[in-house]
Amino acid sequence: MEPFVRVHGGVVPMNRVNVDTDQIIPKQFLKRVERDGFGQFLFNDWRYNADGSDNPEFILNKPGYEGADILVAGRNFGCGSSREHAPWALGDYGFRCVIAPSFADIFNGNCFQNGILPVILPEETVQQIIEKAEKDPGYKLHVDLEAQRVWDDSEEVVATFDLEPFRRYSLLNGLDDIGLTMEREDDISKFESQRGIHGGVVTG
Amino acid sequence: MTAKTMFEKIWDAHIVHEEEGQPSLIYIDLHLVHEVTSPQAFDGLRMSGRKVRRPDLTVATMDHNTPTWDLSQPILDPIAVTQLDYLERNCKEFGVTLYDRFSPLQGIVHIIGPEQGHTQPGKTIVCGDSHTSTHGAFGAFAMGIGTSEVEHVLATQTLRQFKPKTMEVRIDGPLPNGVSAKDVILAIIGKIGIAGATGHVIEYTGEGIRQLSMEGRMTVCNMSIEGGGRAGMVAPDDTTFEYMRGRANVPQGSDFDKAIEEWRALATDEGAVFDKVVIITASEIEPHVSWGTNPGMVAPVTGRVPNPDSYDDEGDRESVGRALDYMGLEPDTRIEDITLDRVFIGSCTNGRIEDIRAAAAVAEGKKVADSVYAMVVPGSAAIKAQAEDEGLDKILTEAGFDWRVAGCSMCLGMNPDILDPGERCASTSNRNFEGRQGKGGRTHLVSPEMAAASAIAGHFVDIREW
Repeated sequence: MEPFVRVHGGVVPMNRVNVDTDQIIPKQFLKRVERDGFGQFLFNDWRYNADGSDNPEFILNKPGYEGADILVAGRNFGCGSSREHAPWALGDYGFRCVIAPSFADIFNGNCFQNGILPVILPEETVQQIIEKAEKDPGYKLHVDLEAQRVWDDSEEVVATFDLEPFRRYSLLNGLDDIGLTMEREDDISKFESQRGIHGGVVTG
Repeated sequence: MTAKTMFEKIWDAHIVHEEEGQPSLIYIDLHLVHEVTSPQAFDGLRMSGRKVRRPDLTVATMDHNTPTWDLSQPILDPIAVTQLDYLERNCKEFGVTLYDRFSPLQGIVHIIGPEQGHTQPGKTIVCGDSHTSTHGAFGAFAMGIGTSEVEHVLATQTLRQFKPKTMEVRIDGPLPNGVSAKDVILAIIGKIGIAGATGHVIEYTGEGIRQLSMEGRMTVCNMSIEGGGRAGMVAPDDTTFEYMRGRANVPQGSDFDKAIEEWRALATDEGAVFDKVVIITASEIEPHVSWGTNPGMVAPVTGRVPNPDSYDDEGDRESVGRALDYMGLEPDTRIEDITLDRVFIGSCTNGRIEDIRAAAAVAEGKKVADSVYAMVVPGSAAIKAQAEDEGLDKILTEAGFDWRVAGCSMCLGMNPDILDPGERCASTSNRNFEGRQGKGGRTHLVSPEMAAASAIAGHFVDIREW
């Protein structure tokens, strides 16, 4: 996994609450068997008109927001389906970081598996960032995982964020969870031998 | 000893390794797999030269992509075929049991787990699917995971998890007539909101839950994720044990009775403390209908579509306005005045035998309205066979419902069953997100009874007056 240390980049403001993973990557694109190539379908049903042309009203199609690294959205971002295709699509499109007042659990966990940093900031700060980015497509933020800090060039927005130390460490070092767990092979075997081969509380 | 909740007992019994400040390493007793969220995980194993650690604790089925028309017909979507072929090849290569399209044991992953006795009290159960919470109805800790975690479980039979918090949702008193399990969970989500249980495992308690059949409890637990919950669970009791007795893969004979003793001990201890408690009075719950684009946007069938101006929060006002616009509804419309184009009865929420019986009881001797196309899709091949034995398919087809083969069907439109843009559907599924049943499709979540009655009337009706 690609480590995440810090990012200085453009901001896409998405002033909506409860953006669900069916919107991030609609179901018709989940049939691919690869992990890559989902960026072209990101927010498909909002991003494109029925005839396949770009919807000019949608934020990703507005001039100046190309190549942004950071998506900023309303509360409960990523609710609904467990599809990891959602962070795959965000990452493939080019986002490294999503900022919101809160995230749904499964989406939050899936981001960390893919080198995308979900940052929780207070609602007022998120609104402040959204307003600035809506006014100025060139608006940029620094997101520093090492310092757990977010700020803009003018330092009008300066905020710190919390994160479990383990997740911070894994992301900073691009560590693979499976590799870490494989080192616990002895513990897993011991656990299994103590419970018998069937597993389960009773049958073990 | 400190009093523990049921969740804490199961969690503690599955800790493989714990370290301060790190997620716990939790052992997984049952891993359910389907075609959509597994191909990249098996690829990951292959690339790292890893094996499936416990193929004997892993079961796969095909459900999301499979058409629900006659099995003799070919699948027309080449990408769906590729994904199904991948699953078949992966299961063969890694030694995983697969119930394929043609297996008599095939069905929606969350229906066949309990049906085949894989789902049992006290187990930890995962699947790359958010509706894995369904299995919690048996007093298991069951949750949806992403594909990277699927790969992690395949390789290690464990998962790294921070311990979630606990939440009790108590339904006090008996449910009124005409109020189903679906109405209970829609009412709960309406009350707590779609993020109300984020970070929490819900335990459903109280008379209103205890009186439910296993099918009903599964319907409630299924939609825990729609309230943001990590999982949902119900303590096992005689209803649970009677459902399980004699099924394949459960202990048999005296072993089963011994198991019951241990399963009973899973119940939350008296005096155990939940991090959050929500109490709902059963007698206040009415049949519910969703009007918006998330499962928290619900109203009693006697109610009206809300007016965005009545919300204080700007985010709510904006999202309600956007939802009504998408749904093609005027503020303050009476729910019973909403007319329908399609009706879908099925899914891992409401595709079980009891749901089909309920729909058939409502439809018997009546006719689906001319303006409505209605379909019933059993949740598994076994349920389809049972319904046909009971003659339910005849009752439904005579009333004008289409009778299909098992699959996820129109719950998520990854197969040929989808809505056309602008079509309005009463659906017994779990999500009314934009485009969920087909781009531009408009979904109203209801119980099977309400769906069947609406199909006949052509608009929503109060099932209590049916």
